[in-house]
Amino acid sequence: MLKRTALYDTHVAAGARMVDFGGWEMPLHYGSQIEEHHAVRRHAGAFDVSHMRVVDIAGSDARPFLRQLLTADIDRRGPDQAMYSCMLDECGGVLDDLIVYRRGNEASPFRAILNAATADRDLQWMGSLVSDRGLRADCRPRPELAIIALQGPDAPGVLSRAQPQLAARALPLASFHSMWTDAAFVARTGYTGEDGFEIVVPGAQAAGLWHSLLDAGAAACGLGARDTLRLEAGMALYGQDLDQSATPLESGLAWTVDLDSDRPFVGRVALERQRAAGSLRQLLGLKLLDKGVLRAHQQVQTAYGDGQITSGGFSPTLQISIGLARLPAEVRVGDTVTVQLRGGAASAQVVKPRFVRHGKPLV
Amino acid sequence: MKVLPDLKYTDTHEWVRWESDGSATVGITDFAQESLGDLVFVELPQVGRAVKAGEPCAVVESVKAASDVYAPIDGEVLAVNQAVADKPESINADAFSAWLFRLRPLDRGASPRLVDADQYASKVAQHK
Repeated sequence: MLKRTALYDTHVAAGARMVDFGGWEMPLHYGSQIEEHHAVRRHAGAFDVSHMRVVDIAGSDARPFLRQLLTADIDRRGPDQAMYSCMLDECGGVLDDLIVYRRGNEASPFRAILNAATADRDLQWMGSLVSDRGLRADCRPRPELAIIALQGPDAPGVLSRAQPQLAARALPLASFHSMWTDAAFVARTGYTGEDGFEIVVPGAQAAGLWHSLLDAGAAACGLGARDTLRLEAGMALYGQDLDQSATPLESGLAWTVDLDSDRPFVGRVALERQRAAGSLRQLLGLKLLDKGVLRAHQQVQTAYGDGQITSGGFSPTLQISIGLARLPAEVRVGDTVTVQLRGGAASAQVVKPRFVRHGKPLV
Repeated sequence: MKVLPDLKYTDTHEWVRWESDGSATVGITDFAQESLGDLVFVELPQVGRAVKAGEPCAVVESVKAASDVYAPIDGEVLAVNQAVADKPESINADAFSAWLFRLRPLDRGASPRLVDADQYASKVAQHK
């Protein structure tokens, strides 16, 4: 039996095409994935992402716990700041990628949002780390909360019209900052490469918020558009571009790994060994030069050996096919490589894995 | 979801229209386009290619997935619809106008893969 979010009935009533996503019955699109994609690049769109798991982390050791759990150092973030990080296994493989929000409040100092498909495993992992290292920290999942992402250049305008009181406090937020009210948690974060907010409210309030955003001009958007938007933005998707078979250093996420402080975070030893050995695989972008569509798992032939596409698809903004690929260390941006497409071999150019930002093509 | 009564259909969601000159026009059904989502790429067969019933002879790719289009009958490719390759979204707009290719049948009588509209409609109703 698939799990459903607080907005399930709303999606079905809107005629959404529902699909199984990580054990959740979620909207893929409400008619046209491409139109939803363009709505976010040009105006604003709303996504139900309540399948992701909110976890509040408290306890006197909450801070040292996060410093041992994550590749990035929460001590380097001030109150109300958000931090994107990886959670690793002992071998440096990525267990999950997540955002941790630091709150200026001692009772409940941190909130993390975990990927849906990995949430249960993550919570188990977090619990074992707490007990193995004898820490006083408590990780409390909050499945009763819903999450709505409002994304696009008009997101501030939509929020102002839909929720004026909330907007008065949310609009001044800088990127990667967050704030709490009694009714909601709002972060200026997202997964589209556009400005926007991620809004967490109790499930019972989700439908009211959702309809107010749509009435104020946001397009209802499904997970299909979310995937093409994040791919254009060059953001990794756990389970495709990231998993335990590669470290963050091989996944374009070296910037999330802090090796400067002497924190003994899980996976650190493996990463240091890997960095010393060198010749690391790298996650880069591909732009298809021929006709066709790049897809995950297709083989990529380079002058330095083979690689593999981890995510691929059609870019509605660029009107060409793009992808992310894990490639040998020697490959450089600008190289031309050969991809085994469905219909035969095709040429692709290696590019920086950031195709579109704030509505503008970058490749 | 539309199923046009005058066409023939396959289990693999192609539609076939018998033309007055004896040729067969082939496209993908409304059910197929709806399942695939927004189409972004179409690869058509070479004109003149001989195809066997059940053989993949075109590819349609959507934002979601790639899917083969199978020859519904034995025959030879007489024509392809380049306009659809240039504008794949026309299949989403009207799957029954956006034909993909036209075949000269090898043997008009032999088309065991084809079913009529009622049979096709009841088959896809089971998918819903």
